[in-house]
Amino acid sequence: MTTDASTQAPSELVSTGKASEALDTRFEAPRSAAPKVRDPRRPDRRTNFELYAWLFMRLSGLLLIVLVLGHLFIQMVVDGGVQKINFSFVAGRWSSPFWQTWDLLMLWLAQVHGTLGLRTIINDYAERNVTRSWLKALLYTSSVFTLLLGTLVIFTFDPNI
Amino acid sequence: MDITLKIRRFDPENDTEPHWEAYGVTVLPTDRVLDALHKVKWEVDGSLTFRRSCAHGVCGSDAMRINGRNRLACKTLIKDVNPDKPITVEAIKGLPLQKDLVVDMEPFFDAYRDVMPFLITRGNEPTRERLQSSKDRERFDDTTKCILCAACTTSCPVYWVDGQYFGPAAIVNAHRFIFDSRDEGAQQRLEILNEREGVWRCRTTFNCTEACPRGIEITKAIQEVKRALLTRAV
Ligand code: FES
Repeated sequence: MTTDASTQAPSELVSTGKASEALDTRFEAPRSAAPKVRDPRRPDRRTNFELYAWLFMRLSGLLLIVLVLGHLFIQMVVDGGVQKINFSFVAGRWSSPFWQTWDLLMLWLAQVHGTLGLRTIINDYAERNVTRSWLKALLYTSSVFTLLLGTLVIFTFDPNI
Repeated sequence: MDITLKIRRFDPENDTEPHWEAYGVTVLPTDRVLDALHKVKWEVDGSLTFRRSCAHGVCGSDAMRINGRNRLACKTLIKDVNPDKPITVEAIKGLPLQKDLVVDMEPFFDAYRDVMPFLITRGNEPTRERLQSSKDRERFDDTTKCILCAACTTSCPVYWVDGQYFGPAAIVNAHRFIFDSRDEGAQQRLEILNEREGVWRCRTTFNCTEACPRGIEITKAIQEVKRALLTRAV
């Protein structure tokens, strides 16, 4: 065997001449040279945010079943159908604190539930970090806007305009 | 019987994209897909590359996508994968493809290492073994069966996104220690799995449970880790 550097044998297999050393096969286990794909900069945040988000999705979902189906049932069946809904109907409804609370709860739960759901979808489908942050920025801005506007209307609705 | 194997080949030195190639081989219905692959490699095309070691479902090196589902080639009988039609064989998804059916497993093992899959204890070592009742042993028996073949993790759509999610296999192996009465590192491990890429990304699609060649109830194990986190926090 030659020790010429131009041979194609991997360096760890090239004999150095002495029999004792040639038997010494301390070469590295074949490890892949591919770059680490898991992101080493994963933030080491010790928060329960993901836990509470997960829990919120389940609980708000359960509440929304009652609130939304109840809402639909009352509007469509008990209160006499969709053709009765007009400005004065809404005005009469929001003069009662009960319906204000119901609608407010429905608005907040549905909006936050939907926002968290879309956040999950963005995390799953947007591949590049930049796309991801832009989409999420858009999502959060629009949902905060809708939330505030909706809340404002429920509380300051003036039936006399 | 004569069957057709459609194998997704990729040679990093010559190809830019993987491509499908069909091979006709003669096998018995009770042969395994691994035997068919051997026939191709030994008799048709010696350049076909795949991993296998034990050939008996123990080492976990030959997980591959057979007819679109992750399985061990050495545990899948030809007669069970509809041999009347061509049987498709490709590398598992979500890990970097290196050649033919071989993928780079390092990201998978990185996630595995991150959950610290070893016994963590405090205090003095007992002079003899650490005793455990059979009931305590039973608690995590299911998750001790994992052979780290990556069939579950590479069947998980959340893992396919960007490979940052810990993946079912890492969670299964964390579960194996979290619920071990002799282990004292449960809090650390739970903390790690509480992260953004931890158990909360699980969407309970059950792909992992379906893919597991050892029949581990993986989704259940993940849910048990979630429950442990929940009862800890609220
Ligand atoms: S070759 Fe060992 S598990 Fe299939």
